Order: sequence, then structure tokens, then C-alpha cells
Amino acid sequence: MASLDDDYLQYPQRSYGMDHDRYKWTMLQNRKAVEWPQGKKIALWVQVGLQFFPLNQKGVPFKVPGGMTKPYPDLRHYSLRDYGNRVGIYRFFKAFDRYGIVPTFAMNTRLAERLPYLVGTLKERKNEIICHGYDMDSLHYGGQRYAKEETLVKNALDGLRNLTGQEISGWISPAKNESGNTPDILAANGIHYFCDWANDDMPYDFTTKNGNLIAMPLSTQLEDYFIINNNLHSAEDWADQVEDAIDFLLQESNTGGGRVLGLNIHPWVLGQPHRIQYLERVLEKLSGHPAVWSTDAGAIATAWKNQQ
Amino acid sequence: MKEDPGYYEYWPYENRPKITWPNGAKVAFWVAPNIEFYELNPPDNPFRKPWPQPSPALPGYTSRDWGNRVGHSRQMQLLDKYGIRGSISLSTALCDHHPEIIELCKEREWEFFSHGIYNTRYTYGMTEAQEREMIKDSIETIYKHTGQKCAGYLAPALSHSDNTLDLFAEVGTELFGEEAGFYSCDLFHDDQPTPIRLREGKRFVSIPYSLEMNDTIAYLVQKITPRRYGKELKDNFDRLYLEGAESGTIMCIPTHNYQVSNAHRIKAYEEALEYITGHSDVWVTTGKEIAQYFLDNYYDSTLSDIKTKKERYGKLG
Repeated sequence: MASLDDDYLQYPQRSYGMDHDRYKWTMLQNRKAVEWPQGKKIALWVQVGLQFFPLNQKGVPFKVPGGMTKPYPDLRHYSLRDYGNRVGIYRFFKAFDRYGIVPTFAMNTRLAERLPYLVGTLKERKNEIICHGYDMDSLHYGGQRYAKEETLVKNALDGLRNLTGQEISGWISPAKNESGNTPDILAANGIHYFCDWANDDMPYDFTTKNGNLIAMPLSTQLEDYFIINNNLHSAEDWADQVEDAIDFLLQESNTGGGRVLGLNIHPWVLGQPHRIQYLERVLEKLSGHPAVWSTDAGAIATAWKNQQ
Repeated sequence: MKEDPGYYEYWPYENRPKITWPNGAKVAFWVAPNIEFYELNPPDNPFRKPWPQPSPALPGYTSRDWGNRVGHSRQMQLLDKYGIRGSISLSTALCDHHPEIIELCKEREWEFFSHGIYNTRYTYGMTEAQEREMIKDSIETIYKHTGQKCAGYLAPALSHSDNTLDLFAEVGTELFGEEAGFYSCDLFHDDQPTPIRLREGKRFVSIPYSLEMNDTIAYLVQKITPRRYGKELKDNFDRLYLEGAESGTIMCIPTHNYQVSNAHRIKAYEEALEYITGHSDVWVTTGKEIAQYFLDNYYDSTLSDIKTKKERYGKLG
């Protein structure tokens, strides 16, 4: 077996706190309790990924999870993702309206360019829209040239701002993947909060070269894609897990203060006819709960920031 | 490379000398929370890639960091509630990074054992001298921060060499004599302790640390639901409790704060802990206490039973 250089036993970052300088090391239990408006216990953040997976996927530096997996043309995956934007999303809208849920839409700019009808619907609904990057194949990654990534971010944000007429202050990268520069570029381009760092259950301050961002806690482990497509659980199992999470967070909020329940969902996953009832079951439970504050990501970030 | 690691004899799971745990318990039950630090930019190792994406690999890094920021306290509260002291499989660099967590565990008299320096530094490719230095660093770090003489080892990210168990035992002896370096969690061949044959002949045992009950194996490899995981924990316990009447067994739940403490998973885990600790003949203990008890009471009789059977059947395995 080839041997390792002795540098392998050197640990230059082995000291108090994190092994980088992006945020402070703190344990949730030691932080000041947060209070949500009207004494609510759980801020419910339902985030809908509106995604465009190009048929001619380049897959640099990796194939995006959920993207094309077969040789070109992978009509199977392309069209099944497209299903979400044609059919599933309209089931979502109905469900949100029936249960009085305030969603947040995370949209690929390329999808907004391609689907003016859907953009028009979103504008009428007036729900918050955040940028999900240019498209699902335009990844941000370590080793990407700074100028190239900067152009990618600017194009994505300018395009989405023009098409939606919204300020767009939130961001989630495709695959929640970043380069070492992504936060700096986002902060320089009018982003206030982002959802890529799934390392907390509450918002926290994230340092960049261009001012702080707020890192927002959007659980990957509880998202529909992870549970249904990655873990191969049923939609009913997804609903069970969300309900167990609700019960636990309510209990923890009695001593720990307000909590955030971030549900990242996708119309091509939960918008299927056999799955939508389980989203409805969860939304029904949440909408009827007196301790739940259904709101958008921007409102949660602001309410948190105002208490720091 | 060898066909067989050579650490133990084949020793069939029937007609073994009876083990009885303290107070007549049938099952020795221990929980082993892995408290780990994964680096954002670990160095390359030619034998194993730390992360699937180029650094910064957010999906994996942020999930582990969540375990320390949020998950640890949640699991600790549960273990407090059911009177369980954790036996920590520790990335020892965490003593430097997150001393608050170490203090909380010290206050509770939890056991600390070595799980290397970082879980992103693998044993693969280390020379014997390098591996010895890494192991020594980890044992010294535990002593410096906790005052404990490290008794057990689980290789970082389960990355081993042919020397791993020998080196751990020898470094333990070098630093603290027989008080350190006497059990391993790296072998998964049995539900009872096994004497391990090492090159310097130290009294050393393998203590069952179940990969099957490991939350990361359940959630990331088997990809089971939380409620199914809770059910499997109870099923595992039921059988070991039944068999423990004949001869004491061991049940271990190895956990990771970033898996088991998620809001949608912790309820199922709690139900299993409540169920297991609700039984009368359970010794709720730590890895080190099991290893020590076995060494003091059953190590010699076990060796002699193995020897007798070997003589009767020729080579046992």
C-alpha cells in the first residue's frame, strides 16, 4: 500500500470553533430563545422547488440529483420532471389555498423564461419567490472560476427579477451545492438569505466578504425528494415523518423557544395523484394548529433578525 | 494481505459457558453516540475520497455539523431521561473544536473512547509509525481533556490496517499500562465478548458494537423509515433478552447525533429506549464497564472453553 506523506498527520485547523471562518460555533441549546409573532411556536416554511432539468444535461462537475441519468435523450426523466410544472404544481396551489398555507417558491430562472403562464400565476398569487439558480444543470462548485460563477449568479438574479417583478432576496443553489465563493457573490448581488447550509434548525448569521447573509434552516433529511426518491419510502411514510417532526418541535419549543419547520417539496414528487393526499394530510394538520405560523422564508428571516 | 485477520477462533454460539451480568441481568445494554468532526477541506487520501463533491461539499459537511450544533443536546436529554450514560466514539479533535460538548459529557460521567482524530482522516495508506502516532495523539487528547484513560477503539470511519488493533493495545499499555487500550468495537462477528489474540499477548476483548443497529447504516445504507428503525431496535432487544437467560448477551445502539436526533426520527428512538430500559433484567452500562467485567470474570474461562473445544474438534475454524 502506498504510504501517505507525514502532512497527513498535520491538522492546521485543529483549534476552537469551526475549521473555517464563515460562522461562529454555537450550540442551539445555548442561544437566546426566539419568539414568533402572536406567540406561535413553529414557523412553517413550505418551500416549493420549481425546477428545470435540461435534456442536454452537461453534468459538470456531477449529475445533479434528480436529473437525467440515461443516455441522451432521457425522455423518461425529462418529461417526468416537466410533469411537476404542468400538472403537479396546480394540485399544490389548490392544496395551499384550501388549507391557508403561505408557500415560498424557489424557481430556476430558466424555468421562468420558458413558462410565462406559470410566472403570471405566481405574480397574481403574490407569494415570495426566491432564486434557485439558473437551471438544475448550472451547478455552483469548488474549483469553478470566480468570474464564471459571478456571471451565472448575476444572470440568474437579473432574469428572475425582471420576469417576476420581485426583489428576490433569497437563494437556494441547485443541489444545495456551492463553491467557496458562492456566499460572497450572493451577498454582493442583493441576496439577504440563502438555504444551502442545512447545519442548523434555526437561522444564523453567515459571514461573507460583502456583508452577512442569513443562513436559513431548510432540512434536507425531511424533503420529499430525499425521503421518497432517495430513501424509497412511500408518501405516507413522508407524512408520518413530518408529523413526528411537528410533534417533537412543538415539545422542544416549550423550553427552547420558537422553531422553524422547513418543508422543501417538489411538484414532480408530491404532486402525483397517488401522493398529493399525503401533502394535504400534513397541511391540514398544520393549518389547524394554533401554534403554527405559516409564512414565507423572508418573513421568518426578518422576524429572526429583528431579535438578534 | 491475509485470508483471515487471525484475531479469534471459531467459537459456536451454543454450549458456551454461561455469562451472568451484574445483578443477574440478561442483557448488557450500551449506547455509543459517535461524536464526530468532519473537515470542510480534508486532505486527499489515495484510497478513499472524503466527499463525493469537490470541496466545499456542503451536503455532507452541513449534515454532520448539524449533529454537533443541534443534535447532540437532543440525544443527551433522552439518554438522561432513561438513565443511560453514553459511551462516546470520539473524533478526538472535537475536544479542541467543541469543548462545550466534551464538558456536558464529562459532567454526566460518560465514557470517551477513541475514534481517531477526524472522521475525514483515514488509516488507509498510513505506515505503522504514522498510525501509532495518530492513535497515541487520540488517546493523549482524551486524557488531557477528560482525565480518562481510553479503554476502547473504533477506527476512524472504520478504516483499518493489519496493525490497528495491535497498535491500539500497545499504545494503551505504553501510556497507562493495563488501564487503557483493552477493547475494540471494530469486529462484528458475535453477540457476546470475544478474547482477541494480539501480537504482544495483551488481555484484550472485542465488544459487540452492532453495525446492524447503527443509525447511519439503518438510515443511509438500508434507508429505512424512523418508525421501522424503532421497531428493529425493539426486535433486536427482544431476541437478545430471550437468549440472555441462557447466557448474557450484549445489545449496543451506535448512534450519530446528525442522524438519530433529527426531529422526525427522535421519537422512534425514544420509544425504543423507553421499551428497553423498561425491562427488569437489563444492565444499562458502558462499553468499558462491559469489557472490564468480562475480563475480570469470564475472560479466562472463555479462553479455556475455546481451548477445550479446539482440542476436541481440532482446528475450530
